[in-house]
This record gives sequence, structure tokens and C-alpha cells, in this order.
Amino acid sequence: MKQKTLRPWLLLSPSLTAVLLILVVPVCFVVVYSFWLRSPIGQDIPAFQFGNYGKFFADFFYPSLLIRTIRVALETVLLCLVMGYIPAYFFYKTESRFKPILMILVMLPFWISFIIRTLSWINILGDSGLINHVLLSIGLIDSPLSMLYNEGAVLMGLLQYLLPFMILNIYVSLDGIDKSLIEAAKNLGCTEWQAFKEITLPLSLPGVSAGCLLVFVLTCGTYLPPMILGGPGNDMIANLVFKRIITTLDWPFGCAISTILLALVGLIVFTYNKYMGINQVFKSLGG
Amino acid sequence: MKKLISGWSLIKSYTLLVYIWMFAPIVAVVLLSFNPQQFGSFPMKGFSFRWYGELLHNPSILGAFKNSLILGSLTAILATSIAVPAALAFVRYEFRGKDFLNTLLIAPIMIPEVVLGVALLLFLRWLQQPKSFMLLLLGHIVLTLPYVMLVVQARMVGIKKEYEEAALSLGASPFQTFRSVTFPLLSPAIFAGMLFSFTISFDDVTATLFWATASQQTVPVKIFGMLRNSISPEINALGTIMIILTISLPLTAGYFIRKFARES
Repeated sequence: MKQKTLRPWLLLSPSLTAVLLILVVPVCFVVVYSFWLRSPIGQDIPAFQFGNYGKFFADFFYPSLLIRTIRVALETVLLCLVMGYIPAYFFYKTESRFKPILMILVMLPFWISFIIRTLSWINILGDSGLINHVLLSIGLIDSPLSMLYNEGAVLMGLLQYLLPFMILNIYVSLDGIDKSLIEAAKNLGCTEWQAFKEITLPLSLPGVSAGCLLVFVLTCGTYLPPMILGGPGNDMIANLVFKRIITTLDWPFGCAISTILLALVGLIVFTYNKYMGINQVFKSLGG
Repeated sequence: MKKLISGWSLIKSYTLLVYIWMFAPIVAVVLLSFNPQQFGSFPMKGFSFRWYGELLHNPSILGAFKNSLILGSLTAILATSIAVPAALAFVRYEFRGKDFLNTLLIAPIMIPEVVLGVALLLFLRWLQQPKSFMLLLLGHIVLTLPYVMLVVQARMVGIKKEYEEAALSLGASPFQTFRSVTFPLLSPAIFAGMLFSFTISFDDVTATLFWATASQQTVPVKIFGMLRNSISPEINALGTIMIILTISLPLTAGYFIRKFARES
């Protein structure tokens, strides 16, 4: 009997060890390091002081990056929702025999490198990109419109990255709806729209909220679209982390910013888990 | 009834537009990679494989490619071989703290990738170790582990416990049961997990930029470095190769999995 209770732990031990040693401990160390003192020469000094956080909140510059990150993440969530719900609904409803192929097509961007998807927008939005080329050659404009290096371009990159996550989450939720409910509603005299509004939409909300959470969290953790498609005024909090660690090598401050980002995401995930249950998010990713 | 049909056709057109929006930039990358001009932009002036030829003669790109392939393969093998036993534990056994541990293993998806990049690099620095291939490998294993876990677990739930119980009651040892019953049934899931983890490793850039060095590069990191000067046809060509590679892998795999499923 004893051997049997040990077996799951034996099976779990390699992955638990890996996650604890390569992930949990280093992430905790980031939090610890955020209280350390930076020394201009050599090793940083172990300490427990809030100077790095004080520096972050000392003036409006750093907090404004945090606020911008939240704003851009919310915009991305909203746009993903607007662009994603209808296609997800289409996949749920369609009886086309091409459905598997259409589904694979939606999944394809998942498999294409993030950096390529991001930089591919330069070919579309750049001064000599597709849109300017078309507009110039039909004579609608005389000189190229500048569409790159602003928040719009950053949003394009973020959407390109995150839309499949949203579509997939909503689709999984829609796909789980018992279709006989809708039949019943229609038999009782509901119109197609009423049936959607009263049954399909409310029942798809778990998928919608899971998609929103995932998109929000992933937006907060990325620096690539602002770096490649944005201008100097479009940096988000992850860009700041990158610059402090890679460029200025200010580790304690970089760790403090990382901790603030971690706290923001943690707060949101925690709240979501309390009211919705985090497992909804994982359901779609496993399929 | 007529109104309903027009509603549906609106949905269809909207979906089509989203598809076009999603694929236009990717198609542009592929098209422009064949543009022989120095500046990778529209209009296309002819069609050539010039930039692919240049890539083949660029040793640092070939090196990054080789590195990416080795890293992706090792990540796939190691991440999957620790994820499969864990998934087995979660699906087949009841024990204390199961839900918590399951969440712990999958939650890293929710940790901002930039923080992951910083964390592992900081830890290594504190241990006074130089950046190395090992760092990339360990990093990519934890990066891909949650996804592999999810994929393998989802497939494993679908395998009936009765097959294993039958084997056990006929006198097979647990290991024999795993080898001749569970493993064959599970192999599509293992394969899917490995593929998933290979692609994530092969494509990752956010955390990898923290871990890579000049001598230990991956293709996306190399592309990032090339991009500093602006987009070039060479980048488009390299992008096209990446796109073809990472798309054809899951498609052929999916084809074979379905073919095997039909035969058996």
C-alpha cells in the first residue's frame, strides 16, 4: 500500500524539481534582489531597503509606463474581443466541410515565430509598405503616410500575436454549449437573435473571460511589439525591464520593476481565479 | 428567413476579413523574400532566390539555425519526458495537494515571460556561472513544460483506464503495463507534446534574448539583431524559411496522426 501512495510523487518528482529549481526559486530571488542596493563597481549589496521602489514612484515617469501598459493591454483585450468573437461564432456554427482546414488556418499563426509576425507589419505599414504602395499608385496620396512607430502599429503587432488565443478560448466555450438548449428556445418561439442573446452569449462568457485574462497577461509580459513597431513614446513596462537589465545593467532596479509587473499580473490572475476559476484558461490551451 | 441568411453572410464576410488581416503580413514576408532588390519593399521587381543564396553563405545564420534545431530537439525530448510521468500522476492517481500541484506546474504560463528571462539570468549570475547553452536549454524546458503538460494531459484523459486495469489483472507488472498498453495509446499525445515544445523553443524570443550570447544564438535572436539596421530582404527570406519549417511540422504530424488513427 505504501508503495502505491508513493508512486504519483515519484512520477511527479522530475517536473516538480525542474519547476522549483528553474522557476520558483529564481522568481523569488528576483523579489529578494529588488531590495538590494546597487553598487557602481562590482557586486550589488544585499540589503532590505525600499530605495528601488522609491525610485520607481519618485516621479511620474515610471508610473506612467505602468499606466500605459494597463491601457494598451485593455485596448488589446477589447480589440481581440471585437475581432475574435464573430470568427469563433462562425466556427461553432458552420457546417462547411472545410471547417477543419479553417480551424487549422486560425491555429497557424500560433506556430509562426512571434518576431516574424511582429516585424511582418513593417512590410504592410512602412513608408514603402503595401498600404502606402497601393495608395500612392492609385494616386490617393502624394507622399507616404507614416503609419509605423506609433501606438496603432504596436496594437497591430499585439493583435497579430494574441488574436488566436482569444478565438480559441471563445470557440472552446461555444463548442461546449448543448445545442438542444438552442433548439428548445427556438421551439418556444425565440428568434435566432433572441436565442443567441439569451443562451449562446451568456454561456460563452467563461471562454470570453478566459480569453480576456490570457490576452491581458500576455500583453503585460511582452516588449517586442513596442520595441519593433513603436516609437520612443510607446514603451511598456516590459521594455523598461529589458532596458534596465540589458542596457544599463541596473539589476536591483530591474528586479523592482519586474516585481511590480509580477504583482500587477498576480493580482489580476488571483482575482480572476477567485471569481471564475483559472482552469477555464487551461481548458482551451490543452486542446 | 431571408434576414437570417443575410446575417449569416455578414458573419462569414467578417470572418474572411479577419483571415485576410491575419495573413496579409505573413504573405507579404513570403512574397518580398523573392524580391531581388536591395530594399525589401513593394513594388516587386522580378523574382529571384538571391536572398536565399546569401543566407546559405552566411555562416553565423547557419550556426544559429543549427543551434536552434539542436536546442529545440533537446527541449522537446527533455520537456516531454518529464511531462509525461507528471501527467500520468495527475490523471491516474489521487493524492493530497493534487489540484494545487497541477496548478503549480501549469501556472508558469501566467508569469510574464520577461520576468522569467530576468529571473533565470539573475540566478545564474548569482551562482557566478557564465551564460551557456545549458542556460538556454533549462530555460526552454520550463518555458515549454506547461504547454506540454496541458496537451499530454488532455489526451491522456481520453484513454480508458480499463485497458490498463485489464493488463494488470492479467498479471502484467506496472512497468510492463506502461510499456505495452499505456505508452502505445499515449504516443500521439507524446508526439504532439514534443512538437509543441519544439516549436515554442524554436520560435521563442522574449525570454531567449536575455539568455542568448553572441556565440549561443537562436534564429529569432539572430533576426532581432539583424533588425537593428531595418528590415531587409534577407530577413524576409529567413522569416520565410522559419514559417515554412514551423508550419509544415505540425501539418505533417497532424496528417500522420490522423492516418494512424484511421488505420488502427
